Amino acid sequence: MIRACVIVFPGSNCDRDVKVALEAVTGCPVTMVWHQEDEVPASDIIVLPGGFSYGDYLRCGAMAARSPIMSDVVKKAKAGVPVLGICNGFQVLLETGLLPGALMRNASLNFVCKDIWLKCERVSTSFTQCYRKDQIIRIPIAHHDGNYFADKETLDRIEGENQVVFRYCDRDGNVSEAANPNGSQRNIAGICNESGRIVGMMPHPERLFERALGGTDGRRIFESVVVGVASAMVEGGLPQAQP
Amino acid sequence: MNEASLNAKAPEITPELVAEHGLAAEEYERLLEIMGREPTITELGIFSVMWSEHCSYKSSRLWLKTLPTTGPNVIQGPGENAGIVDLGDGYAVVFKMESHNHPSYIEPYQGAATGVGGIMRDVFTMGARPIANLNALRFGSPDHPKTKHLLSGVVAGIGGYGNCVGVPTVGGEVNFDSGYNDNILVNAMCVGLARTDKIFYSAAKGVGLPVVYVGSKTGRDGIHGATMASAEFDDQTQDKRPTVQVGDPFTEKLLIEACLELMASDAIIAIQDMGAAGLTSSTAEMADKGGVGFALNLDKVPQREIGMSAYEMMLSESQERMLMIIKPGSEKEAEAVFEKWGLDFSVIGETTDTGHMVVSHQGQVVADIPVKMLADSAPLYDRPWVPTVVPKAILPEWVSAPENGALNALKQLMGTHHLCSRRWIWEQYDHMVMGDTIGRPGGDAAVVRVFKTNKGVAVTCDVTPRYVSADPCMGTKQAVVETWRNLTAVGADPLAITDNLNFASPERPEVMGQIVGSIQGMGEACRTLDYPVVSGNVSLYNETNGQGIPPTPAIGAVGLIPDCTKIADIAIKHEGSLLIVIGREDGWLGQSLYQEMMSGSFEGAPPPVDLADELKAGRLVRTLIREGLLDTVHDVSDGGLLITIAEMALAGDIGVELFPYEGRRPSYAIWFGEDQGRYVLCVKPDMAEEVAERARLLALPARIVGRTGGKDIQLPGEEPLSLVTLRKAHENWLPKYMEH
Amino acid sequence: MKALIKITLKNGVLDPQGKAIEGTLNSLGFSGVNDVRQGKLIEVDLDETERQAAEDMVERMCEELLANTVIEDYSFELLA
Repeated sequence: MIRACVIVFPGSNCDRDVKVALEAVTGCPVTMVWHQEDEVPASDIIVLPGGFSYGDYLRCGAMAARSPIMSDVVKKAKAGVPVLGICNGFQVLLETGLLPGALMRNASLNFVCKDIWLKCERVSTSFTQCYRKDQIIRIPIAHHDGNYFADKETLDRIEGENQVVFRYCDRDGNVSEAANPNGSQRNIAGICNESGRIVGMMPHPERLFERALGGTDGRRIFESVVVGVASAMVEGGLPQAQP
Repeated sequence: MNEASLNAKAPEITPELVAEHGLAAEEYERLLEIMGREPTITELGIFSVMWSEHCSYKSSRLWLKTLPTTGPNVIQGPGENAGIVDLGDGYAVVFKMESHNHPSYIEPYQGAATGVGGIMRDVFTMGARPIANLNALRFGSPDHPKTKHLLSGVVAGIGGYGNCVGVPTVGGEVNFDSGYNDNILVNAMCVGLARTDKIFYSAAKGVGLPVVYVGSKTGRDGIHGATMASAEFDDQTQDKRPTVQVGDPFTEKLLIEACLELMASDAIIAIQDMGAAGLTSSTAEMADKGGVGFALNLDKVPQREIGMSAYEMMLSESQERMLMIIKPGSEKEAEAVFEKWGLDFSVIGETTDTGHMVVSHQGQVVADIPVKMLADSAPLYDRPWVPTVVPKAILPEWVSAPENGALNALKQLMGTHHLCSRRWIWEQYDHMVMGDTIGRPGGDAAVVRVFKTNKGVAVTCDVTPRYVSADPCMGTKQAVVETWRNLTAVGADPLAITDNLNFASPERPEVMGQIVGSIQGMGEACRTLDYPVVSGNVSLYNETNGQGIPPTPAIGAVGLIPDCTKIADIAIKHEGSLLIVIGREDGWLGQSLYQEMMSGSFEGAPPPVDLADELKAGRLVRTLIREGLLDTVHDVSDGGLLITIAEMALAGDIGVELFPYEGRRPSYAIWFGEDQGRYVLCVKPDMAEEVAERARLLALPARIVGRTGGKDIQLPGEEPLSLVTLRKAHENWLPKYMEH
Repeated sequence: MKALIKITLKNGVLDPQGKAIEGTLNSLGFSGVNDVRQGKLIEVDLDETERQAAEDMVERMCEELLANTVIEDYSFELLA
């Protein structure tokens, strides 16, 4: 039994999509948790979904990060419960300070929705352990503010600590400026905390998790959850991240 | 409307004031007859919007009545917020298309955004969750100084609204033509999914029921938007800017969730969105359909600004508001739902047996109008019209051959504003949210799966305005069959259409002639194809300083895919497959893009449509897809056969070796003619003869035109055209044009 | 008391919107326009009448919600 929770903010709009993907892959029902609750039920993982929480007004994710449920999410995340933030969920994670940096307006200034290629740089996380190191995968992005920014020190630090999970690349795996869809520094598409249990990513794995949708590269994000929970049960604890 | 007349306590109703409200002298006479006295300013405002072209269809109603609107699958035809068609197994599809032309010209971002918001409300009002948005856009010539600004604003507005609400924008079309220089067209379509046992209507049946206002607060936005949408532009229109409404997609998202949540209970008796003419048209329509009166207390209306008059509240077009009639006793339950979503909720009145709409404000009755007379006595005009003179057909030989070969002409055409890739536009729309987009933009029709089932809904919208200009009847027939072919080409059974009729002033007989011809052509096509019109919208007076737009009856269409594993798209998937064109090849160059490229203007009669052949070809294509023999097919439309094949090659990144044409027409006419009723099929080599034979058995011509493979388009005797070069020409035009 | 809060991107943080505005201003013929930066202006009406207390409160608002201090600076003025 895998206990997954999806947090729903007013304006979340990929909450149902990620629930469908999680349920299809894990075979277990997913609990939806409204932002005004005080507590997340006991869970194996928590997902902050994509969308436009609070209309993206003020700053993307800013108001969601300060909604009642988030203090418990932060508490549980710090206690080691794996948390995945997708797109707007990634923006929320940055606004809570659980992950470093900020997401700014795309360099093109336009919203962009398309399939892009990612290089999986860290596969020892709760959400990427089913990928191969340096595997090239195709997953869609859909955002207006996905331009990852952090100061040089922070960038050097997260690279040094192996906290970059995904980088934008071309189909052959070249991490180049041409393959950068939004101006993100160092082509960063997703990062994690030191332990690899908190992951934030701009691309939407739930949008390519079955053949009918045109691809299955996103599926392993959710399979990683299954593997993680299974090994936690065997070992009596969550898998230790191996950088 | 000037400031003074809005704010004065009881302004005198002068002929000038009546004229400013867009009421003709004889219309005002009728108003006086109904009221038996001089109206108050609020009443004048109410009549003026209810009798505007936009709300009353006074110029087109007579002709719209001739359209086929029923069928075995039709649950709701025109007359409600949107049309509804049965999908089987308890599901229904709810859809409509609506224009937001004038507001988008004045303020492109907000105009387009609120257009999207309005059409979505029309759909979820009926109990449907919106599952797909489309848009049909027409801009002026690319070199017109405003075009770039308007295009970028409209696209950003459509994306800004739809993306935030979280409904995928999956399809649409864009044309550029100098005829739209001063009157762009922004037509937004929304498709929703409902359970057949949970459909909601607007008739306020029952007396003593609470009238409930939900959603955003009312401000002074868009006062007189509905009459503006029915007035010609002049050079002073720029001053009308403050009347454009501002959209709040975040609130719309909350409103959708709140309404659908309350609809799951049985509290709602009737529901209607506040669209054009806001509180006025929603109350009038609900009361009229329910055969009741309304007693409204405007003091209860949630207000965003202070000191609003009754007139302003009744005419405000503030967005994201709904009106509901609920069961007495369910107020607490309903209020709790809207409170949860952070939306305003207020009981603003009740239904009565008086048959009158009685509006009070600050202790005074400010309007008291017999509802039935307001609705039924709306003017109806049989406007004089003259039929359009259709230009004579031109022979293919009258158009010159391409100077440097057909492939060079292909490359040139693919890099024009007519045919270039629209990727720059649709990549700004979230077309995948909701996780059911299985046929993405860029093909013939988009396909959206019905949530948690294996059924799919195919959607498209089409019209070729130059065909309609030349021959409104044939051109509109063509628009209908093109949607029908696009649905067919993905494997869907075409179900029904919605129409968005954009024309210039109906008071000019030649324009009225276009409207009549267009509706006649649509009716004929829909009757023959068994393809009813279930909803629609009319936008007239699209003209500036006497210069009208090309007639543009945009057709939005929906089809059903019974099994989502049996669909097709346009991308060539394998090397060594054979391409077959089915349908008649006459090399019809009149009104074709090739003809325009060679001579500088569109000439001649548009290609004729043979509805019987369309039926046969469509049935064959769908059968082949369902039998699993066909997963790659593209209908032949704008630009002709060679363009179609090139698009298939680019989509699959696989080249094509074309076989020489050996018939009696000039070969360029075969490559670029825009003959109707054709599809290009891509099949396994050992199946090609059988497929061609099955077409011939139906008396449909079929010809094997090429073999797939390589990375070029090849034609005997010509230098091969590489897909890389072709793609560059095709993809670069729009991004380059939009560069700062 | 009213607070006018100005939020701008920190120096060194790329401002693509400011850059686009600058480009357009230049193309409109406004020469010598450099370093255009776009920000936000937020107006807040406060019940608080005591100046120091109001300042403290607005300061906290900025730190806790209104500005993202990873990328943004803020400043404000109080109008009586």
